[in-house]
Amino acid sequence: MKARSKRLVLIGVIIVAFGAAVMLVLNAFQENLVFFHTPTEVKAREVAYDRQIRIGGLVEKGTFKREEETTTVTFNVTDGESSILVSYTGILPDLFREGQGIVAEGKLLTSGVFVASHVFAKHDETYMPPEAAEALKRAEEKAEATVQQATTKPTIVEKGE
Amino acid sequence: MLPEIGQFLMVLAFCLAVIQSILPLLGAQRGQLSWMRMAPNLAWAQFAALAFAYGLLTYAFINHDFSVAYAASNSSINLPIEYRISAVWGGHEGSLLLWILILAGWGVAVASFSNNLPVAMSSRVLAVMGMVSVGFIGFMVFTSNPFDRLMMVPLDGNDLNPMLQDPGMIFHPPLLYMGYVGFAVAFAFAMAALIGGRLDASWARWSRPWTTVAWVFLTLGIALGSWWAYAELGWGGWWFWDPVENASFMPWLLATALIHSLAVTEKRGAFRSWTVMLAILTFALTIVGAFLVRSGVITSVHAFATDPTRGVYILAFLAVVIGASLILYAWRAPKVGMGGGFSSWSRETVLLANNVLLVVACSAVFIGTMYPLIIDALGMGKMSVGPPYFNSVFVPLMVPLLIMMIIGPLVSWKNATFKGSFERLYPVLAVGLLAAVVWPLAMGEWGLIPAVMVFIATGIVGAFIVDLLPRIKAPDLSSRIAKMKKLNTSWLGMHVAHVGMAITIIGMAMAASYQTEKDVRLAPGDVVELAGYSFTFKGVQEVRGANYSSLYGTIEIRENGKLLTVLNPEKRTYDKHKGMPMTQASIDRSLFRDLYVSLGDPVGTTGAWIIRVYYKPFMTWLWTGVIIMSVGGILAISDRRYRVKIKRRLTGRKEKNQAVVD
Repeated sequence: MKARSKRLVLIGVIIVAFGAAVMLVLNAFQENLVFFHTPTEVKAREVAYDRQIRIGGLVEKGTFKREEETTTVTFNVTDGESSILVSYTGILPDLFREGQGIVAEGKLLTSGVFVASHVFAKHDETYMPPEAAEALKRAEEKAEATVQQATTKPTIVEKGE
Repeated sequence: MLPEIGQFLMVLAFCLAVIQSILPLLGAQRGQLSWMRMAPNLAWAQFAALAFAYGLLTYAFINHDFSVAYAASNSSINLPIEYRISAVWGGHEGSLLLWILILAGWGVAVASFSNNLPVAMSSRVLAVMGMVSVGFIGFMVFTSNPFDRLMMVPLDGNDLNPMLQDPGMIFHPPLLYMGYVGFAVAFAFAMAALIGGRLDASWARWSRPWTTVAWVFLTLGIALGSWWAYAELGWGGWWFWDPVENASFMPWLLATALIHSLAVTEKRGAFRSWTVMLAILTFALTIVGAFLVRSGVITSVHAFATDPTRGVYILAFLAVVIGASLILYAWRAPKVGMGGGFSSWSRETVLLANNVLLVVACSAVFIGTMYPLIIDALGMGKMSVGPPYFNSVFVPLMVPLLIMMIIGPLVSWKNATFKGSFERLYPVLAVGLLAAVVWPLAMGEWGLIPAVMVFIATGIVGAFIVDLLPRIKAPDLSSRIAKMKKLNTSWLGMHVAHVGMAITIIGMAMAASYQTEKDVRLAPGDVVELAGYSFTFKGVQEVRGANYSSLYGTIEIRENGKLLTVLNPEKRTYDKHKGMPMTQASIDRSLFRDLYVSLGDPVGTTGAWIIRVYYKPFMTWLWTGVIIMSVGGILAISDRRYRVKIKRRLTGRKEKNQAVVD
């Protein structure tokens, strides 16, 4: 091969390799994006069943149960409006407690039970996981919006903007 | 009074940095030797002011001066002395002061070791370092003053975040900052070379040792952080692809590309503009890292209290740095020239591929880290990109890169032949294949990923051996040793760093593929078996520490009925942070495996606990490999050619100074 054609081959190889890398990244990205949903959205079945999702909110008081002889626990996660039953097997984070904000990652079963593979609590006393805070905020906003809808209809149109 | 002096010193350092960024630069442009000579003195003065300020802050911590707001929120009366000293960098303001002090320290180091540089060059480097200092000191003075006072002085402080009360945490931030900030030096060299219009092999030779030292520190800093997460978080993992980890890993990837591309620029004069670009981007990524950690956009142990002005300041600084350096680059780089040519198969090609892969890998990490943040900032919803994304992208990108580590060192510069490059490798590849079959089988089950990694690691070590043997070939032992002593340390450093990587790869692959874990519920006296070891739970008792009370578990580990060791995992509750219990894992480390135990939650009334036990093979190799990598870096820069010029210069100081002023 002449030097010139060698160089062309080299450039070709680089382009193909680069394209492959981009494909790889985009593909993995598509498959592994974990979307966040509030318990209300989950309850309304606005979520996919076949992929990992995250839900967040407060651990509802009085719902935490530990199964006998295993390490499985169940509890409800609520955003104030709806609550979802979460089942988790393993060790909970240090700051997991009833009434605290948590985020659970896992899959939703068709039965409506959320099977978590990971549970995240806040990292220290002062912060709440941002997703949990978001879930509460959304529920609150929705509650406010419904109240307003009931009383003053015209204003809600502007608010929706 | 003392804190006010500290604040005054910071403002003084800011002013000195401003002068340092202007005067030497003007001097270099106009050939004013006296102005250029100011640069080292200014660097020293700035460092002295900051060191004094830092000392005053430490003094406030040691003496419990809770009138200083920062000390009140990060220390307490019962905090042991070693943590009072390390608590100075346990929060945002103090760690920023440490960051700036280290930056000034690098400035002083450049000023002291630049005798072999033309005065104009070293002045420009110090001027750019001064500009970087202005940016960071300004950040501290305007948004994050560590010396702020409290009107009401509390009787006791809030205590250091319990997560940071760990020996690993004492050294992790300083090492990491040494690395992060060190890339400001590589950046300053690149900028100075662009300003001066001289971007040649000697520029690469000057900036190479600095870049390598910064890389060594960053490598050790990241590893120490990972070590801490492994021991402290109690999940048994050592890398989580957390945004904060990525913040330090992205500059590491680019810096690794940079030290390889600097090698090409120094040896062959090629890749010049590309090398400059990498130096700029590496530094820019360290600022991105500072943004991720300090702006409050992510929540983690590193994310300090949220203050929007801080994030805005860093973003503005980042914009100025990238904007200014890219404009300079666009203006000057076209004049730089191409340097030596090379054929399609040569050391240059391999290193080019290395650079492409590292940059692509870095971009992939960048996308995964930034995308959720950007979407969130735009108000388009919340999502996260988890470890599966990073693993599925990163591993396929790394495999070809790692394979090239076997071949690369044996390919000659400029023009090589496939036959010449691979000939010596045939036995190595054969041994590698054999190891790839046998080793994973010996671990219990053959798997593709461990097999590939074993092949690569064996190959890297083998390549070192076949490259070494001809160089020390001699008729008798004494002349062989003489030849060994004369080995080029820069060459040796490369191989040692690669071997370190090989050992780390084994650690990662084995721990990831063959670890076993069990979460079990154990009452006192219960036994659980794992990987041939039996763990007997002896119960938990309450123990009192300096500033915490601890639930102190005792677990006996037996192998074949013989007592091997006793582990004591803990669950600590710090007095000042009652709502935040801390898990302390307990680990028995040995050459071929770690046994790892951590306490979960107490259950029932019988004193039973949920306990997590891990068997992790080859974890020690992971850490050891990192240390060997760093040793390789140090060896590489101890090469004689980086020092030779200094000696020559000492003899002819006067004449040379005149000659080198641009």
